[in-house]
Amino acid sequence: MEEFIIPKSLNEALRIMSEMDVEPFAGGTDIMVKYRYDKPAKPFLFIGDLKELRYVKDDGEYIRIGSSTTYSELLENRNIDKIFKEIIKKIASPSIRNRGTIGGNICNASPAADTLPFLYGMDCEVQIVSINNSRFIPIKDFIISPKRTLILKNELLKEIRYKKEKFNKYFYRKIGLRNANSLSKLSFFGCARIKKNIIEDIRISMGAVSPVVAREREIEKMLLGLDKKGLNSIKEEIIKRYEDIIHPIDDQRSTAEYRREIVLRILNYFLENIYII
Amino acid sequence: MKVKIFLNGEKIEMEINPLKRLIDVLREDLNIKSVKEGCGEGECGSCMVIINEKVYNSCLIPVGSVNNKKILTIEGIENKKILKEIKRRLKDEFQCGFCENGMLISLYALFKKKRKPNKEEIKEAISGNLCRCTGYQNIVNKLKIWKNS
Repeated sequence: MEEFIIPKSLNEALRIMSEMDVEPFAGGTDIMVKYRYDKPAKPFLFIGDLKELRYVKDDGEYIRIGSSTTYSELLENRNIDKIFKEIIKKIASPSIRNRGTIGGNICNASPAADTLPFLYGMDCEVQIVSINNSRFIPIKDFIISPKRTLILKNELLKEIRYKKEKFNKYFYRKIGLRNANSLSKLSFFGCARIKKNIIEDIRISMGAVSPVVAREREIEKMLLGLDKKGLNSIKEEIIKRYEDIIHPIDDQRSTAEYRREIVLRILNYFLENIYII
Repeated sequence: MKVKIFLNGEKIEMEINPLKRLIDVLREDLNIKSVKEGCGEGECGSCMVIINEKVYNSCLIPVGSVNNKKILTIEGIENKKILKEIKRRLKDEFQCGFCENGMLISLYALFKKKRKPNKEEIKEAISGNLCRCTGYQNIVNKLKIWKNS
């Protein structure tokens, strides 16, 4: 049996997936570490070089990204927002960014995945395809828990898309041990549209402080329409609400206590400085 | 699986397990010893190679995925002017030297793409190369005053 199958087209890949049990392999930066000592149980299906999965398009309404697009390709593309590029630049190192893909980051569904807080904040949707079906799912529904998504054995993640929405405030923090090649202890993404000191829209998402990215539209809604004074008057309550929805854990990278403390301080900083960011 | 690569300009065809890591194929099958295994997880950069003009960690690449691609290692660029100039400037900088080949590959790829990179670009280019004795400062300082010849 072939252990490394290289389909020539997306259709061929999907046909193979409908006939046999394979593990999709895009950049492989995680897979190769996972199987460093153990033989993989299933053949790999190499989708990293499929042109049909490597693109960035702006169709006027959405930014659409093919799942096998590498981080480096995103950094080089003019359709990708400046803030998203800043986030991507903090992922790993140039050689990993040349190989790692956005689809891999999503499908691995790590709580610490660095593209996720932004994609949650943008209400991104993922397109899941099989040989005879295609569906779009909001990313927050697609990712169920650490390492688990809704994807079925015969399906591939084809496209990631998010609406082109204009915010005038963007903010991102990644806390890791060093600048390059560090996995996040935690991360924070916030953006807002503020006109005449009134919050018209706001998005707040936090990475690596819960099994999945922490974002709560109900809390964000409490901030809509507020001015500086209004925001200040409920700031403590907002922070308390976020404290209730996050569930950080102790692991090899950090402790629950550190994560909770720091992410809430960053939240506090974001809310206090939102008008001047 | 039949795999064809263009290694340092030479066409090589081989029948090989496609899951074998590129670093192992280079070292064991093709006698390319400049690529070193440090961490084996893409963290240290001592196995860095250039594939189709971009840098990659060869420990994370199954050889089946580089079929028909152009691969460069130190052995293939030794005589290139850019590498010679980088080495001249960094003469006596490296101490233990384990990270050296990986660093040189990263720097070569950078200077090949951009003749006058700034300090930040140099720092970024070697950010995936782990050095624990020479340090980065001297390398960056010696290279940032590159004069275009």
